[in-house]
Amino acid sequence: MTEFVFQPREWVRRLAAPIDPVLMGMLVLLLGYAFLVLVSASPERLNNQFINLSVALVVMRVAAQVPPQRLMHLALPLYVGGVLLLVAVALFGDITKGARRWLNLGFMRIQPSELMKIAVPLMLAWYFQKHEAMLRARDWAVAALILLVPVGLIARQPDLGTAILVFAAGFFVLFLAGLSWKVMSVLFFGGLASLPFAWTLLHDYQRQRILTLIDPEADPLGKGFHIIQSTIAVGSGGILGKGWGNGTQTHLDFIPERHTDFIFAVLSEEFGLLGNTFLLVLYALIIGRGLMIAANAPTLFSRLLAGSITLIFFTYALVNMGMVSGILPVVGVPLPFVSYGGTALVTLFAGVGILMSIHKHRMLVQK
Amino acid sequence: MRPAEFRNPEQEIERFQRRLAVTGGLVLAAFFLLFVRFFWLQVVQHEHFQTRAEENRISLVPIVPNRGVIVDRKGIVLARNYSAYTLEITPGRVADLEGVINDLATVIDIQPKDRKRFRKLLEESKNFESLPIRTRLTDEEVARFVAQRFRFPGVEIKARLFRQYPQGQLASHALGYIGRVNDRDLVTIEKNDAEDNYRGTEHFGKTGLEQKYEFELHGKTGFEQVEVDAGGRAVRVLSRTAPLPGNNLVLTLDTRLQEVAEKAFGDRRGALVAIEPATGGILALVSMPGYDPNLFVDGIGQADWEALNTSENKPMVNRALNGAYPPGSTFKPFMALAALETGKRTPQQAISDPGFFNFGGHTFMDDKKGGHGMVDMYKSIVQSCNTYYFVLANEMGIDVIAGFMRQLGFGSRSGIDIEGESEGVLPSPEWKKKRFRKPEQQKWYAGETISVGIGQGYNAYTPIQLAQATAAIANDGVMYRPHLVKYVENIATGERTPIEPEPLRTLPFKPANLEVIKRAMVGVNKEGTGARAFAGAEYVAAGKTGTAQVFSLRGGTYQRDKVKERLRDHALFIAFAPAEQPTIALAVLVENGGFGAQSAAPIARLVFDYWLLGKLPKDAAPEFEEGEEGD
Repeated sequence: MTEFVFQPREWVRRLAAPIDPVLMGMLVLLLGYAFLVLVSASPERLNNQFINLSVALVVMRVAAQVPPQRLMHLALPLYVGGVLLLVAVALFGDITKGARRWLNLGFMRIQPSELMKIAVPLMLAWYFQKHEAMLRARDWAVAALILLVPVGLIARQPDLGTAILVFAAGFFVLFLAGLSWKVMSVLFFGGLASLPFAWTLLHDYQRQRILTLIDPEADPLGKGFHIIQSTIAVGSGGILGKGWGNGTQTHLDFIPERHTDFIFAVLSEEFGLLGNTFLLVLYALIIGRGLMIAANAPTLFSRLLAGSITLIFFTYALVNMGMVSGILPVVGVPLPFVSYGGTALVTLFAGVGILMSIHKHRMLVQK
Repeated sequence: MRPAEFRNPEQEIERFQRRLAVTGGLVLAAFFLLFVRFFWLQVVQHEHFQTRAEENRISLVPIVPNRGVIVDRKGIVLARNYSAYTLEITPGRVADLEGVINDLATVIDIQPKDRKRFRKLLEESKNFESLPIRTRLTDEEVARFVAQRFRFPGVEIKARLFRQYPQGQLASHALGYIGRVNDRDLVTIEKNDAEDNYRGTEHFGKTGLEQKYEFELHGKTGFEQVEVDAGGRAVRVLSRTAPLPGNNLVLTLDTRLQEVAEKAFGDRRGALVAIEPATGGILALVSMPGYDPNLFVDGIGQADWEALNTSENKPMVNRALNGAYPPGSTFKPFMALAALETGKRTPQQAISDPGFFNFGGHTFMDDKKGGHGMVDMYKSIVQSCNTYYFVLANEMGIDVIAGFMRQLGFGSRSGIDIEGESEGVLPSPEWKKKRFRKPEQQKWYAGETISVGIGQGYNAYTPIQLAQATAAIANDGVMYRPHLVKYVENIATGERTPIEPEPLRTLPFKPANLEVIKRAMVGVNKEGTGARAFAGAEYVAAGKTGTAQVFSLRGGTYQRDKVKERLRDHALFIAFAPAEQPTIALAVLVENGGFGAQSAAPIARLVFDYWLLGKLPKDAAPEFEEGEEGD
């Protein structure tokens, strides 16, 4: 039995061992920035967000500890469990604001779709790893099915934002696994051609959101209100912004959901083009680091997983900023690492943890 | 695609990295697009969005100016404002309106009429306006509500300025009243390009001077720049532009004289217009009965409204401007003047009056059986001889009569500063053509000219036209536009804008001819039909009595007692005094008053006594018993 020795330096070293200092450094900068914005947007939520962040960091640390091989074993049960939960949601889920997204377990409510953001790329990466030697058309079809079943279930809830994110995560795996350009262009143009059909499948409110994007001024006090007000916030920020805490759109309640999905409007109004560029650069650096980790990963599984997780961050950022600045329709996608809220933060940091683990184990397997 | 591909790990990694590079490029491209979008919004379009953010943030809250007050020529207040608390509900913020009102009724006294009025206001208003459910709360009621306020979201106490007419019914037809802005008023506001200035204004002049001088009285609305949040709640005041109070109106009207005149009518219906001949300034404008304009200020109650509108006395009709009556014998001095001016008669030329005049198989009767004997112009006026005018009218013809009367203002609006004046009827063949449809009705018959000559027939003039024409004679042919406002006073600058006495026209009457008419009218009050009313007067007054037929007698004689009150003749009197230098000219009409000498002339006497001597009548509404013959 080893003797208990008081060695704080050693503990910190061990605690920090699996953590990638480069990625962590960038994230710390981003989180600092995010807290600055949150203090302006909703100071009363600061404590809660600290708690959310602490939980997310613990999750990250745990995920960073798990070697990729172990993750592979988790892929199938996580995916199957996730799909079953989605089915359960469809059958017994709670309805909130017209959508069936939550599953009440008696002691807590969970949103299984959130899990799928990690579980789907994990599953696909595992699947491609398994069929690494030989990829037949049938394997692609199975992969497509693996992707589309949960996406379909989530889109039906309806939760278009999450469906898009899950789809993007899975699609990136397929793309990085080498989905042929020919198939992709067929899919792309096929998709384009079926748009009118897809239109009929959309819910009324979803169609409305797209129409609103095209012409927000058609209903300035109703459906167009959010998008008009957030665009005004962004535009009125100018180059240098109105200054921290001075955003009139923000502080006079013209920005809906200003601490969650629309927090970018707050940032944009108060810190201007300069602040936006800083944010873009931070995201670009984080994504770049993620892609680097993917490039250096030892196995197909870890390459695909790292690549797709990184690209989820990108999708989040693009969809959110595009929505707030009025070039993409309004879907419930938070600004990654910045928006208030625990669920997204935990998912994102779980992803970060996996990236770190892949990075940590890049040499071990090759030996 | 081949059924299966065998893979080379090296190639695989290379391909993966190529794909990664492509995604990396996509990421940069997408971020660049976002940057372009930000640049577009924040640099290129910045000013536009800056403006829109400011518009969002800043709301202009109007501050309604104090309405100008109205005072008479001596400074007696006729219309003013006072501050009172109202209990107001914003319907848009209250879900169950009826329930809230019921709850309120447990705290504050709310009568069924308050509910009725509120419902009426509700129908006329927009949802976001707050509407009074109760006005003029007592201090105790205010305190009681404030203690319970938390129970009533969307209900609040407001301090508001109310219009008040301290003299009540007095001069109500001259003053008019204000009421809540309605759709028609909005059109008027729009036409005058005054929408901005009327933001927040709730009342608008509906009739009388309040209507005519609305834009003078209103003032300039001030604004508070308020920072508001998305819910429209004010966060703080950024700047304030004080409102400019409305201009005051100083009238030519004399309140005491008005009071004397109105009291003289008692409960009889009628009208009186007294004019200062040298300026056209109106000294008294009476239309009886009047009404209390205070009733209208915060929305008139249903019962009051119905009472006013269904009363057969028609208190809402301004008889002085809108009642058109045959002038009867008050027309004779004007006819006589026409005869002199056109050379049809000399003053001395006399006719022999047998008591009737035959024309075209019809006999026109004089009032006096057996006639007046030899009648010259003086006597024709003093004794009011019909036959003299039957003959005269027949000789002059309708075109000459109408042409002469037109220049005295008969049959056209006087131009008084009150809206909605009637034109009356100046009969002429052209008028008849316009008035009637059937050809046989359109024809002018010579016999009709004869009735016109004694002020009957189609003749119908408003009391103000009669007063204006009387003033024209009193003022030697210089005619003024009658007006009620002497000057408009800007209380901020103290600047006074006089309503200049506007000579409408100077009629080229020969002084000698005017002298004849005036002398005869003096004679009326000295030894003629007005002598009884003016017995013992300490001044020389010129006048002429008149009686206008309401009920046409088909043969038979008119017997006052046997005719229903409403079918009795209207009594008229025109007069001015002092005769040599007139300071007042008037026309009096008493509806169904019978003979002018009996009921109308005494009213003129009381008015003159007060105006010229400052004498107040001991008793209102004197009326002589029947007796004096002639009309």
